[in-house]
Amino acid sequence: MIGDIFEILLTAGFWAATIRIVSPLILGTLGELICERAGVLNLGIEGIMTMGAMAGWMWVFQGGDLWGGIVFAAFIGALFGLFHASFTVYLGLSQHVTGIGITLFASSLSYYVFRMLLPDATTPPKIVPFQPYAIPGLSDIPVIGEALFSQTPLTYLALLSVPAVWYVLERTPLGLAVRMAGENPVAVESQGIDVLAVRTGAVMVGSAFMAIGGAFITMSAFDAFYFGMINGRGWICVALVIFASWRPGKALLGALLFAGLDALQVRAQQLAGAQIPYQFFLMAPYVLSIAAMVVMSRRASYPKALLVPFRRGDRV
Amino acid sequence: MTHKSVSVMPLLSFRGITKRFGPLVANDAISLDLNQGEVLALLGENGAGKTTLMNILFGHYVAEEGEILVDGAPLPPGSTDAAIQAGIGMVHQHFTLAENLTVLENITLGTEPLFAWRRDIKAARTKIADMAAEYGLHADPDKLVGALSVGERQRVEILKALYRDARILILDEPTAVLTPQESDSLFETLKKLTAKGLAVIFISHKLNEILNHTNRVVVLRRGAVAGTVTTSEADRAGLARMMVGEEVNRPKVTSMMPGNAVLRLTHVDCQSDSEAQSLKDVSLEIRAHEIIGLAGVAGNGQRTLANLLSGLATADAGDVEILGAPGVADPTELVRRGVGRIPEDRHATGVVGEMPLWENLISEDRRGAEIARAGFVIDKRRALERSKRLIEEFDIRCEGPEAETRLLSGGNMQKLILARVLSRGPEFILANQPVRGLDEGAIAYVQSRLLQARADGAGVLLISEDLDELFALSDRIAVMYHGRLTPPQDTAGLTVGDVGLLMSGHEAESAHAH
Repeated sequence: MIGDIFEILLTAGFWAATIRIVSPLILGTLGELICERAGVLNLGIEGIMTMGAMAGWMWVFQGGDLWGGIVFAAFIGALFGLFHASFTVYLGLSQHVTGIGITLFASSLSYYVFRMLLPDATTPPKIVPFQPYAIPGLSDIPVIGEALFSQTPLTYLALLSVPAVWYVLERTPLGLAVRMAGENPVAVESQGIDVLAVRTGAVMVGSAFMAIGGAFITMSAFDAFYFGMINGRGWICVALVIFASWRPGKALLGALLFAGLDALQVRAQQLAGAQIPYQFFLMAPYVLSIAAMVVMSRRASYPKALLVPFRRGDRV
Repeated sequence: MTHKSVSVMPLLSFRGITKRFGPLVANDAISLDLNQGEVLALLGENGAGKTTLMNILFGHYVAEEGEILVDGAPLPPGSTDAAIQAGIGMVHQHFTLAENLTVLENITLGTEPLFAWRRDIKAARTKIADMAAEYGLHADPDKLVGALSVGERQRVEILKALYRDARILILDEPTAVLTPQESDSLFETLKKLTAKGLAVIFISHKLNEILNHTNRVVVLRRGAVAGTVTTSEADRAGLARMMVGEEVNRPKVTSMMPGNAVLRLTHVDCQSDSEAQSLKDVSLEIRAHEIIGLAGVAGNGQRTLANLLSGLATADAGDVEILGAPGVADPTELVRRGVGRIPEDRHATGVVGEMPLWENLISEDRRGAEIARAGFVIDKRRALERSKRLIEEFDIRCEGPEAETRLLSGGNMQKLILARVLSRGPEFILANQPVRGLDEGAIAYVQSRLLQARADGAGVLLISEDLDELFALSDRIAVMYHGRLTPPQDTAGLTVGDVGLLMSGHEAESAHAH
């Protein structure tokens, strides 16, 4: 049994599946990370991913091109980010309540819009999704080539956004302002920068990332949209941010670990499906993720102003 | 315009600044000038309007009336950015630093255009090093602010202002969190800054510092300017009178014979969330009729000790004996035993702000025979009667026992806690920062009550960051540093300098003498 698992770990198919599963997770996790580094928890993620999945797919189904669909999904995501920020940043309302509200609203709205535009569809209609693009040269490397360099362009985008987000946060003045807004908003204010604008911008950009993560599901992993297809991936992203101690590099690591376990359990089911009920395998990535979280998050130092609203003119 | 008035054109002038918060007039037509190269003290009690005035200057608030001139040109109101551009730098009382970020990141925030492709870290490093050399303000740019001491953090705050070419530096109660040695080094820095032509506004209510380290004093009282004096012509009593509006006498301490031990700690270890806060081998004895002062910079284990003595924590090793029985993690039991607890943060752990006064007043005695019928039903009539009596006895200014507690001022809230604690006749009192944030009148009241309790036979542990207070009230003083406690020494044989050294982890000369 153990030997069989090692055999799975050595196949290119396993790694290719892992990279495929990791793509939406890493986009969602980066989105949530950007919001939280600015001090705003965005529990709207599950709904925003659903909305992005529907919006991107619908754009293509109505005749638009694939990249146009991604831009549209990002735009819709940013819009929901603005919605979230206007409640949590400008009005200083509870970030938990607002986030859950947005998830419920956006999840239902996406299906409502889908049904409204396609009232007669019985089986979910399909689009032509992103196709794998083998990077010349690199894709010929054994195992790694198939796993890493024969994916869809959206996967490459997801992987490249990890160093990009890191660079912006760590190396640009804007990133410094975002991080500072999540640590001590009064410090940002007293340096003459508008905290509310910085936070709103971060939530909008973060939400756009989430929406692209959702769009990956309908435009790259699958080719159709149906209700409930995000299936808790948003919540996994929220957990991954904590696992990653709010750092992009570690976020990729955590997402890979989860995706790897997920890819493994599907294959392990076939090995031992007769003896062990398959539900145990479905459960395994989550249980192991919780265990990993317990270990990793003990040392996590969270953004000090996370969940703390900032109001101008309050007594400082 | 005469020749003279041109030559003394002030760097900064406030002209008739008025600011209201609802019915409260925080600043009432304040006018004052600041000249180049001087240190101007802004003196006043809590709530006199000092911080409000500075927040208006720095654009955090907008004044209803009046204007501010920098070099004769009006400063746009409500804009921090404009204030910074005009050369104003502010070191807030509560530092505006991010602990998870580095010194360099904290200093450079806001100094570059937001949408630049990269931060110029190399240039920033050079500039910080230059400033450090010029003003003697050393700070490692790559260290996380969270790893710095309070004194170092203050240096970072000053560097932050200088980095943006401040010509006017506002320091809001800068010494409140410093050891005496750190304060001295701050005053050295101020001397260097003013020699280079900077002007400093120094906010404080510590008269000693003001008399020794400033050029001019503006006294604020209830939001208005009560007077302006040249420091060299001022004296302590005069300033105090101007600040309070009447003569205030701090209570006098009379010597007493200590009685039996009320608290005995023997080699106590107690883990806390950080190494510095964890108690290590702490031994202490407090007897009846005696006040032991506990000095130390915040965060050196005082909170852990306070938790231990109020039943919120238990020792990991060693013996804790409180009023003749072992210490327990049960606040109710300790209160029943005769422990009086004046907590550090009266808003967070002292009272429940949303509950009326009377409920807070009886909360430690809610099962007592006077209040509760059959031990568990509160007799509201009797509770109200008792509350009224305590409100009168302790002079708590309020609308009545049914008023919401959070509406009380700091001083009155502290009187409420005193009333709750002292009305039970405690034998051991844990007084943690009992006068923090109170004005002169309230301080004198709280201190005289503590001395009265000592005369009635209580042993008191007084935890304070204010050395003047510790020296004024304590029979003996012990110092806490990194969770270790020095043996208490007679106050008479100690100097502020000795205690200051112990507070920063040094062994004082006199500490060896014992």
